[in-house]
Amino acid sequence: MSVSSVMPQTTSHEKLNWRQNDAEPFVRIEQINKQFGDFTAVNNVSLDIYKNELFCLLGGSGSGKSTLLRMLAGFEAPTSGRIIIDGVDMSNTPPWERPVNMMFQSYALFPHLSVEANVGFGLKREGLPSGEVQKRVADMLDMVQLGHLARRKPHMLSGGQRQRVALARSLVKQPKLLLLDEPLGALDKKLREETQFELMRIQEELGITFVVVTHDQEEAMTLATRIGVMNNGVIVQTAEPHDMYEYPNNRFVAEFIGNVNLFEGTVVTDERDSATVHCSDLQEMVYLDHGVSCAPNQSVSVAIRPEKIRITRDAPDSPHNRSEGVITDVAYMGSQSIYKVRLLSGKEVRVTQPNVYRDSGDRLTWDDHVYLSWEPESSVVLTS
Amino acid sequence: MIKGNSWTLKLSAGFGFLFLYAPIIALIVYSFNKSQLVTVWGGWSLKWYGELFQNEQIMNAAWVSLKIALISATLAAVLGTIAGFVLSRMRKFRGKTILSGWVTAPLVMPEVITGLSLLLLFVALENMFGWPAGRGTMTIVIAHTTFCLAYVAVVVQSRLASLDETLEEAAMDLGAKPTSLFFLITLPLIAPAILSGWLLSFTLSLDDLVIASFVSGPGNSTLPMVIFSKVRLGVTPEINALATLMILAVSIAVIAAIVIMRRQNRFQGP
Repeated sequence: MSVSSVMPQTTSHEKLNWRQNDAEPFVRIEQINKQFGDFTAVNNVSLDIYKNELFCLLGGSGSGKSTLLRMLAGFEAPTSGRIIIDGVDMSNTPPWERPVNMMFQSYALFPHLSVEANVGFGLKREGLPSGEVQKRVADMLDMVQLGHLARRKPHMLSGGQRQRVALARSLVKQPKLLLLDEPLGALDKKLREETQFELMRIQEELGITFVVVTHDQEEAMTLATRIGVMNNGVIVQTAEPHDMYEYPNNRFVAEFIGNVNLFEGTVVTDERDSATVHCSDLQEMVYLDHGVSCAPNQSVSVAIRPEKIRITRDAPDSPHNRSEGVITDVAYMGSQSIYKVRLLSGKEVRVTQPNVYRDSGDRLTWDDHVYLSWEPESSVVLTS
Repeated sequence: MIKGNSWTLKLSAGFGFLFLYAPIIALIVYSFNKSQLVTVWGGWSLKWYGELFQNEQIMNAAWVSLKIALISATLAAVLGTIAGFVLSRMRKFRGKTILSGWVTAPLVMPEVITGLSLLLLFVALENMFGWPAGRGTMTIVIAHTTFCLAYVAVVVQSRLASLDETLEEAAMDLGAKPTSLFFLITLPLIAPAILSGWLLSFTLSLDDLVIASFVSGPGNSTLPMVIFSKVRLGVTPEINALATLMILAVSIAVIAAIVIMRRQNRFQGP
């Protein structure tokens, strides 16, 4: 099953070009605003997306991510600002003339047309000869493994099959930019995981720039080359998945992506290569192995991911980064266990530990008195 | 609590249907009556159906009615679709509520008023422009189109309201300009609604007596008008036969409309 006959293959050195400072962005979103009456759906968003990226817009409902996507497709006109795709200002380009295709959350398959006719719809609008339309439709259906269902109507397909028809339909015109609105939202968990990898494979093979809108942070983490987290119409942080998780730059992102324990505190010392923060919920100082560029006594939040906390019966050696508590809840998940620990201050902390050994004999359980500790590089100081 | 199939429910349902349909059943049964007298049963016979087809006056009227129904249902389907489309797709503008009220007003307007006002309009137009010259098939068609249009508009509008808008967005996204979008996507999707609107209009036009009486001219009597004038001289078994055939035609049209709408709903379902 090769797509090389359908579209040119990309080479790997073209990727990661958002890391290069001089790279030319493929999609430029310049200070876009969108008002619906008094409501500001998108608030002064600027964003550059590079060629061959799989960019995820991640946010809750009402965060403005879908509105931004619809403006890229041309279904909504920005109140102010402009969108430039491949060097061309899209302000006065209607949806049917944009080099952009969209895969809809509801799939939006035409119910009165067969699978074949659905996929061929866009090619026919280009006025291609019917022989070529047929060939390209057949190739595309083969790629999504639906060749045998070409004559079916959409209502005779399963959810997963409809999803693939929608994908084939949006890819067959070889758009410069493919927009996907919650592409996996309607699939069950197992199918969703398979399809995630399928999407990544197709994206790499075809070399089309993808912009995916999703509310599912796991999906974004798996799929994306970069993630833009949106909240209340604003892009809060743009980063690669790893950086987004390990170095969130504000509380919203830290809490939205994965689980996190947040402790309110004040900065005590702040050097170039170390810093200490006092948190009233923790018995000892939080010690970091890097500076945080804060004023002394500035109030901050310290974020620590649950899996970066060690949980032990014996007191750790380090004088910093530790606290005592009592286990109030244990959830055994198979590959890992989740512990809820109540600190002496009464604050609950979430800790996850991989279950490395099948039977560790001395298993931690309810009401055990434990010590929590973490490495100096494991905590993140957030100022906003 | 009353259970789904308790005998009280069945009984009341049966009673209700009896009340609704007993007169029609009686009429159908008596259309097969052999006797000359409408109210006296004289055994089964198809003789009145035979006589009916020999009656030139009735056959002519039936042809006039059919012609008018076909033309006005078609005109109403076209104009009503446009009206329904405008009503559901125009963004809010000043007077939109009033406009949609105007389109649907003929649904509740007393027929006498519709008929009378159209008659006055036709007379005034003839005096001013010489058109329409006299009253006949043309004026009945215009009158029927006017009130049938409202039915089509309502059916089409509700269909459009329930239509998934992303389908049209998807078509635009794939390169369809507004015209091809309408003919390739929107029209096929609302076609069942238009068709059932057409069938409704057809039966409404076929049934109409009051409006047609106002706006028809000499020699252009529709079937209901002929029946009504005959009945005033006394009901003949022939009329029973005719009525039975009309019930049959109307039932077929209405059932077809329902089936079309049903199939479409299942087909569009999630």
